[in-house]
Amino acid sequence: MNPFDYTVAHSVDAAVSALGGSGRPSKILAGGTTLVDLMRLNVEQPAAVVDITRIPGLNHIDTEGREALVFGALARMSDVADDPVVRRDYPVLSESLWRAASQQLRNMASLGGNLLQRTRCAYFRDRQYPCNKREPGTGCSALEGLNRGHAVLGVSDQCIAVYPGDLAIALVALNASIDVQSTAGARTLRVADLHREPGQTPNLETALRPDELILRIRVPKSRLGKASTYLKIRDRESYAFAVASAAVALDMDGDVIRDVRIAVGGLATRPWRAHAAEQSLVGKTFTEAAAAQAGRLSLQGAATRPQNAFRVELGANTVAEALKIARERA
Amino acid sequence: MINEDHLGLNRREVVAAGTAAAVLPANTAAAPPAEGGVVLQINGVGHDLGDLDPRSTLLDVLRERIGLSGAKKGCDHGQCGACTVHIDGRRVVSCLTLARQAEGRAVTTIEGIASADGRLHPMQQAFLDHDALQCGYCTPGQIMSAIACVKEGHAYKVDDIREYMSGNLCRCGAYVGIVAAIEQVVAQGRAV
Repeated sequence: MNPFDYTVAHSVDAAVSALGGSGRPSKILAGGTTLVDLMRLNVEQPAAVVDITRIPGLNHIDTEGREALVFGALARMSDVADDPVVRRDYPVLSESLWRAASQQLRNMASLGGNLLQRTRCAYFRDRQYPCNKREPGTGCSALEGLNRGHAVLGVSDQCIAVYPGDLAIALVALNASIDVQSTAGARTLRVADLHREPGQTPNLETALRPDELILRIRVPKSRLGKASTYLKIRDRESYAFAVASAAVALDMDGDVIRDVRIAVGGLATRPWRAHAAEQSLVGKTFTEAAAAQAGRLSLQGAATRPQNAFRVELGANTVAEALKIARERA
Repeated sequence: MINEDHLGLNRREVVAAGTAAAVLPANTAAAPPAEGGVVLQINGVGHDLGDLDPRSTLLDVLRERIGLSGAKKGCDHGQCGACTVHIDGRRVVSCLTLARQAEGRAVTTIEGIASADGRLHPMQQAFLDHDALQCGYCTPGQIMSAIACVKEGHAYKVDDIREYMSGNLCRCGAYVGIVAAIEQVVAQGRAV
């Protein structure tokens, strides 16, 4: 690990001015489960690290408000997963959290940090391989390499690395937003607008400016919460990244679908909302065939490689199965 | 030849003696360290680590500076759970915890869970009762994780135990015994 300056920020203002003021590559440190790991691999080499875990008042879990669930950026994944209101009224959120990582990591990892988790692409994590995300212009080793686990949606000829997070998939389905702050001021953006597709600049992963800090996450309260699920298909049943996943939420009027949300994970370069699949269901009677059709539409536009082509059908089936699980909860 | 058992020291402690951290009386840890020294509170004892390199992980400090080698280094990437310890009562992987982040917090390791009179923690006893290990390398992490698993309320069903213990890998495959040990502790309703 390269040497770095370590600063503890005791306030949001101190954190953002430390980030913006140094003029050197700086990183925010919260749970450290991604950053420390990548620093040890020399994939991340910040000159300065700003520890925000001692900032008071950023770890709240507020489910009482009329409009939205509000989570502080430092709320721990394990705490939000176990929150009784989140479990009861928004199972898609709880499941996206407890089906991620291990309890040790969930005890450390913050919600804000989790949103910014970087890809698990083995070529990105290993500096002996060319990687456009790590070193722009060097090439993508995954295109012709071992790419069984790589993305089929949102890919480019520069990068096919999967966005590995689970929570963001659920948040995109629920139209969540984040409040961020920098020395220039505060703003709110939709989680759906947070992550970028790789395009020709896979090194640019989010819409955040380098000195912006996520303060909180807002999830609009909705009838869509209760009949929801996060279905995660993995190579082993626990403690693994998704081979395919689906965040699904339904609002039913008897057997008729009044509203529906579908987002897929593990298959795309960013959290992937499946609008066409949703539109195919709204106003229709829920049937197995309709769910299967929505599954296929969710994977519309997939661009595969020989090793990962099987995940188009797997993804479609995952969405269809998630819809059935959500239907049973309506 | 030094008879290490006779001295009550193990080889690691003898080797590490030259670089060991200063041990402070237990209740000095809360006070701010003099001249910026980093003080960690481990198993109720304060350890002054001086001007600690920010890169130091809690795991490396425990093992190499303090001589507590119970927490094991398996993968060093947060994937195996062998380094599991508690911080303020919650299980974490110490290999991805920068030591400075643990300052002012209560760190508990496998060395800190038996009673003062040497009686094993109920979870330690349950692991023995159920042969919940073979080589033993993952065991300190398993036990620290298991204690937390019960405390969190994630150990009332076998499926939950399997799910919430999945962050601790055992290459010997002692999982059946591990689950049985945890069930025993829950069934006994013993304080953990």
